[in-house]
Amino acid sequence: MKTDELVALLATGTQAVDTAALRRRFLAAASAATLVALLLMLALLGLRPTLSDEALVPMFWVREAFCTALAAAGLVWVARASRPGRRLGLIPVAIAAPPALMWILAAASLLAAAPQQRAELIFGQTASVCPFLIALLSVPLFLALVWTMRGLAPTRLRLAGAAAGLAAGAVGALVYSLHCPELAAPFLGIWYVLGMLMPTALGALLGPLLLRW
Amino acid sequence: MPSSEERLRGLLLRGLAGESSAYHMFLKELAAHLRAYLRKRLTRLPEEVEDLVQESLLAVHNQRHTYDPTQPLTAWVRALARYKLIDMLRRRSRTDLLNDPLDDDTELLAASDNEAAEARRDIGKLLAALPEHHRLPIVYVKLEGLSVAEAARRTGMSESAIKVGVHRGLKALAAKVRSGS
Repeated sequence: MKTDELVALLATGTQAVDTAALRRRFLAAASAATLVALLLMLALLGLRPTLSDEALVPMFWVREAFCTALAAAGLVWVARASRPGRRLGLIPVAIAAPPALMWILAAASLLAAAPQQRAELIFGQTASVCPFLIALLSVPLFLALVWTMRGLAPTRLRLAGAAAGLAAGAVGALVYSLHCPELAAPFLGIWYVLGMLMPTALGALLGPLLLRW
Repeated sequence: MPSSEERLRGLLLRGLAGESSAYHMFLKELAAHLRAYLRKRLTRLPEEVEDLVQESLLAVHNQRHTYDPTQPLTAWVRALARYKLIDMLRRRSRTDLLNDPLDDDTELLAASDNEAAEARRDIGKLLAALPEHHRLPIVYVKLEGLSVAEAARRTGMSESAIKVGVHRGLKALAAKVRSGS
């Protein structure tokens, strides 16, 4: 078939294309998967019973804002990575800023604490399970994002996979935080970040495999 | 005179709104730009150029819903063409044959080349090898230019099955083109 014939074939009988459908599909997939993660958390771990008391502590909201900011940055990154030729713009800054601020808070709280309290600020009660549970809760959104991106056109597959992993990890952390007893900045700066990095690394690793088209 | 970017972008937007003739013109002019772009980058694999032009056109068509109308068209097309180019070279493990750095900022729409060489791979043959529920909708709607309703009547398929068949069939065709089978 000659190129002119192919062009004619492709152009014949084309229907209008809904360019806004992409955004709707992302929103639907992300909301459904977040709901699944939430149900998974409720079923496996349970809501923290003292949540309403902790909501009065400022650090509670710092933690929620930290996860939410990274989730938002990750989801915008996913949307851009799914369209060919979209520049990242300020995405790297939006991703770097929340951990950087958290580490500043962490350093301040470690410096202010008595030396014998520092291990407690870093490891809390749950450091050994926290990153793994965050990674576990990131699975539904990771799958949903990869599925959605497969219908789009990511051109840098490693970065696109990492974007899906980061968005899923941050949403996983946000969901996990409703169960998690830890509020110390050093803990969040290490174990929450690690929990989000696990799906991010996995996404970067699997991106070329899962997203090729 | 408007730049190629403005002109082609206008044609594509009209095409995305459902205007076939504008979309036809868009693809036709884009093919010439893609040919110039790929020919310049594949001077040591000239026989691959036309195949890759066709593969890129199929990609542009199948992924046209990912074009964000607020973004420059050049960047979108260049990213698609570059992806298909690297993908082809990687499949052949021939990235060494690339004679031009890919990340230079050459304007893809600046050059255009209407001298189509013969494609080596025959998309028509690949189309003939598609399963019926993909092939018939493409043949009736895209090759013979029948309406969806008419194609549905001829094949006994439902109208939505025809639409889905065209859409999925072209994706399946792109996958066959890619795997070279």
